[in-house]
Amino acid sequence: MIGRHRRDTWAGALFWAISLLPLWITLAVLAALAVRAWPILDAQPLWQLLSGQTWKPIQGLFGFYPFIAGTVWVTVVAMVLAVPPCMLTAIYLAEYASPAMRLIAKPFIDLLAAIPSVVYGVWGMVAIVPWVEHTLSPALGGWLGQSIPLFAVNNPTGFSVLAGSIVLAVMVAPFIIAVTYEVMHTVPNGLRQASLAVGATRWQTVKYAVLPRAMPGVIAGVVLGSSRALGETMAVLMVVGNVARAPTSIFDPAYPLPALIANNYGEMLSIPLYDAALLAAALILLLIVLVFNIISTLVLRNFIGRSQA
Amino acid sequence: MKGTKKRLHRRHLEESLFQTLMILSFLLVAGSLGFILITVIVKGLPALNVAMLTQIPKGGFYLGKEGGILNAIIGSLYLAGGGTFGALLLSLPIALYLNTYVRRSAWADFLRLTLDVLWGIPSIVYGAFGFIIMLALGLRASLLGGILVLALLELPIMTRAIDEVLRMMPMELEQASLALGSTRLETAVHVVVRQMLPGMVTAILLAFGRGIGDAASVLFTAGYTDRIPTSLLRPVASLPLAVFFQLGTPFPEVQQRAYASALVLTFIVLVISLGSRWLAGRLGRFIIK
Repeated sequence: MIGRHRRDTWAGALFWAISLLPLWITLAVLAALAVRAWPILDAQPLWQLLSGQTWKPIQGLFGFYPFIAGTVWVTVVAMVLAVPPCMLTAIYLAEYASPAMRLIAKPFIDLLAAIPSVVYGVWGMVAIVPWVEHTLSPALGGWLGQSIPLFAVNNPTGFSVLAGSIVLAVMVAPFIIAVTYEVMHTVPNGLRQASLAVGATRWQTVKYAVLPRAMPGVIAGVVLGSSRALGETMAVLMVVGNVARAPTSIFDPAYPLPALIANNYGEMLSIPLYDAALLAAALILLLIVLVFNIISTLVLRNFIGRSQA
Repeated sequence: MKGTKKRLHRRHLEESLFQTLMILSFLLVAGSLGFILITVIVKGLPALNVAMLTQIPKGGFYLGKEGGILNAIIGSLYLAGGGTFGALLLSLPIALYLNTYVRRSAWADFLRLTLDVLWGIPSIVYGAFGFIIMLALGLRASLLGGILVLALLELPIMTRAIDEVLRMMPMELEQASLALGSTRLETAVHVVVRQMLPGMVTAILLAFGRGIGDAASVLFTAGYTDRIPTSLLRPVASLPLAVFFQLGTPFPEVQQRAYASALVLTFIVLVISLGSRWLAGRLGRFIIK
């Protein structure tokens, strides 16, 4: 009898130790990157690295600005494209769709989430890049590009911020839809019934009763989605053009941080500080993602409630 | 009265406008999925043949000559299989611990937060981290390296998915077991795992699907080779990288094969995703309802 209880206690201790691993792994990743990136952080002031415009490793110039700008551009444009349709889809599924419709829609969205990122990349190269090059860029760039720099066309190919953003928008869609849907489900039904009872239409109920209540959770979901988008590598790398210059228009090529790492790391790094610079890029990326992630997870958790999150 | 009527009219107009927008958005999302699948099938199917699936690359394969991508198919199965097994070894104890030992407490909340944070780490960062560790240990790009990084990548995904499943455990069943004098460990192993097996299988396959499709994490750690690895310390090919590398060549024949490889990868992932649902349904017959 005592053996059984001792086993129970020992297993508890072992499980406890294993369950601390995620924390240790996160700290180990941070520490390993920080240690390996230290030579460059030590040699050049941080501000100079972050604001430096030129990336010429052979001359010892490691300016991260074009890559950080590329990451921000691609992510922001992707979220602008993704958020409105995703919100509307989630509202539709949570507030309007019949149970049968939900049952059909869920596997579709799960499938969209299951598609590997290289496949998104192939789709981007085959379908989106030509579309941007032959249709969107002449159509939007032609008359809008003359007056608004955001749409100016200085890039003869379709490999651009916009192509990367479209692919990313589709990639994060299932994620944003799922979180928004979950959050809207936590809004108590009584609120809806009260709103409908005083004569509001369904859309008014969504607008005045459900959405205000769900807003913090929805915003956290969007932030969480953008942290996924920030770190996405392969699909984006295949369609953004990878030119190390900060974009000024959605038709310009970009070179996001993950693409920089994927394209250059692991080769024979005989150039001094090159290796450290790439790991500093990884560290910058990781820190941005972690901050986004922790804040939005905490907000969502408070929101969906301790019982669920 | 006239004003009221107008207002009523306007809000119904608004209602139908937004309903239309919602349906359009939903169709846009569903249509994107269809568009992706059709693109991959239309591009990939013409280049797909038996030789692609049953042969390893022969001389001049990357110039458009004979051979297939069997090395990448087997390599990906090895990598994702090993990674999933590795992740399961750690995920299962953590998920059981969260649901039978600590349950709802600030400590469990904290552990779940660390898992969510780990989940958020981009796979390219995992790849770079894996490479640093392998350099420090004197390991070269190999099957073992790839498996370890994939296990790391899959760990939070699988743990959180199993955790979500175990949360659905009927409380009466667990309490009945405890009331009969079983310890928490015995309840976890004999009752919880058995009852929740169908959902756990889905969770494990979900993680497998993520592992097999990830390219950025194996880019530096698993290497690439035309052979099927015979040892854990040999480099290994993988389907995502087969797509990526072949697409990067200037030869149309090789690019065709990239499309075919993408089709094979998509097919595997979809079969796993749909198959796990079916399997969960089948296994569901053996649980107490």
